[in-house]
Amino acid sequence: MPKILIPTPLRQFAEKKDSVEVDGSTVGEVLAALTAAYPDMKKNLFNDEGKLRSFVNVYVNDEDIRFLEKDKTAVAAADTISIVPSIAGGK
Amino acid sequence: MAATSLTNEEIGRYSRHLIMPEVGVEGQLKLKNAKVLLIGTGGLGAPVAMYLAAAGVGKLGLVDFDTVDVSNLQRQVIHGTKDVGKKKVDSAEESMKDINPLIEIVKYEVPLTSANALEILKEYDIVADGTDNFPTRFLVNDACVLLGIPNVYASIFRFEGQATVFCKDDGPCYRCLYPEPPPPGLVPSCAEGGVLGILPGVVGLIQATEVIKLILGAGQPLQGRLMLYDALSMKFRELKIRRNPECQGKCTVIKELIDYQQFCGVPHEEAPLPAPVSSTDITPKEVKQLIDANADFTLIDVREVHEYQICKIDKAQLIPLGELPRRLAELDKEADIVIHCKMGGRSAKACDLLRASGFSKVRNMTGGILAWSDTVDPSVPKY
Ligand SMILES: [Zn+2]
Repeated sequence: MPKILIPTPLRQFAEKKDSVEVDGSTVGEVLAALTAAYPDMKKNLFNDEGKLRSFVNVYVNDEDIRFLEKDKTAVAAADTISIVPSIAGGK
Repeated sequence: MAATSLTNEEIGRYSRHLIMPEVGVEGQLKLKNAKVLLIGTGGLGAPVAMYLAAAGVGKLGLVDFDTVDVSNLQRQVIHGTKDVGKKKVDSAEESMKDINPLIEIVKYEVPLTSANALEILKEYDIVADGTDNFPTRFLVNDACVLLGIPNVYASIFRFEGQATVFCKDDGPCYRCLYPEPPPPGLVPSCAEGGVLGILPGVVGLIQATEVIKLILGAGQPLQGRLMLYDALSMKFRELKIRRNPECQGKCTVIKELIDYQQFCGVPHEEAPLPAPVSSTDITPKEVKQLIDANADFTLIDVREVHEYQICKIDKAQLIPLGELPRRLAELDKEADIVIHCKMGGRSAKACDLLRASGFSKVRNMTGGILAWSDTVDPSVPKY
């Protein structure tokens, strides 16, 4: 199953896990499975129209899905999906 | 006028650089002639400033209008206990001068704004962004795009860091990576979320390394790559950053600086105002009066367990914000409810959540437990 790496700010919505494995053959399916398992994650990842929020990037391995086929990007069992939200801390 | 030689004093000081072929006299002269602006002299800015000063970067600008607070000292190693209460730029300058008196330090004790950013940044070759808020991040990016100055970027959260080099040549900018900021409140700041003290040391030195490499023209800059560092797993990962064709940066349409507070949905702060009072707010003093009068109400603390262990208000029942949605059944919809957190941000969100779920009498304790400590019970420690 593809592995999703959960970033620090979102781990609180995924029982503090840093990664989860879920089923799915596209990024859209995998994220849907993730938010089905952890409903609190949903509003942090998607806006009210169900689109991925613009301060959250999703990568399949090291490539940004915006430059692939977005949520239709194919995902294989060996792939790692990273969710990377913007963080601004510096102090 | 660019320096064309090193003094004997400089040769002695920088000898470990000079005997490396990758730096040598030529490289040290590049460092000496370099002008680098550091936005922020906090967690990230501290190691960057100290090491760039030590390395002999000729001119270092510091932008910060904060004063040193005792809670900074767990990580901001450029400041010491004796500096608490001092302006950060003054305290930083003192440490840097002690490390290396041969460099020039320029202090800008102002908030960076759309009105002054271009004026300040244009004096520099490289910017190192170590601020702690989204409006300034976007402002620094756009100013770097407009001026064509590389922006060595890093940010931190808890035990995780991100670093990259933006706006170098035709490379991507911050907006290529993140077109828009998160709405206020959705991403916690270090003040709310905490930060492991050594984290900015590691991440700040990645930033300093990239600055030095850009000055020397050595190696492969961290451009078009987002470096992610997780201190707990001790893993570095690298993701690709591409220039976004839809980007508002250099790429396309940025012509001028905008109102970044508004862009990021942050209300304007003309002067530090007391928190706006609404009928759904209640002050800590008023909460204390309710407690003393044995009033029938429920006080909920929506902080995390580890914060509750630092300090608490006796009457309060702990339900961390993240657990609140699935624990609503524990609460009575008709009850008088007061919610508090550390500073009032999370409790405001909790109030919204409860009201949206049909709770009618919900109030937010303004200023959180910090204000409780200030105005009701000073024996409650502040963190
Ligand atoms: Zn851009």
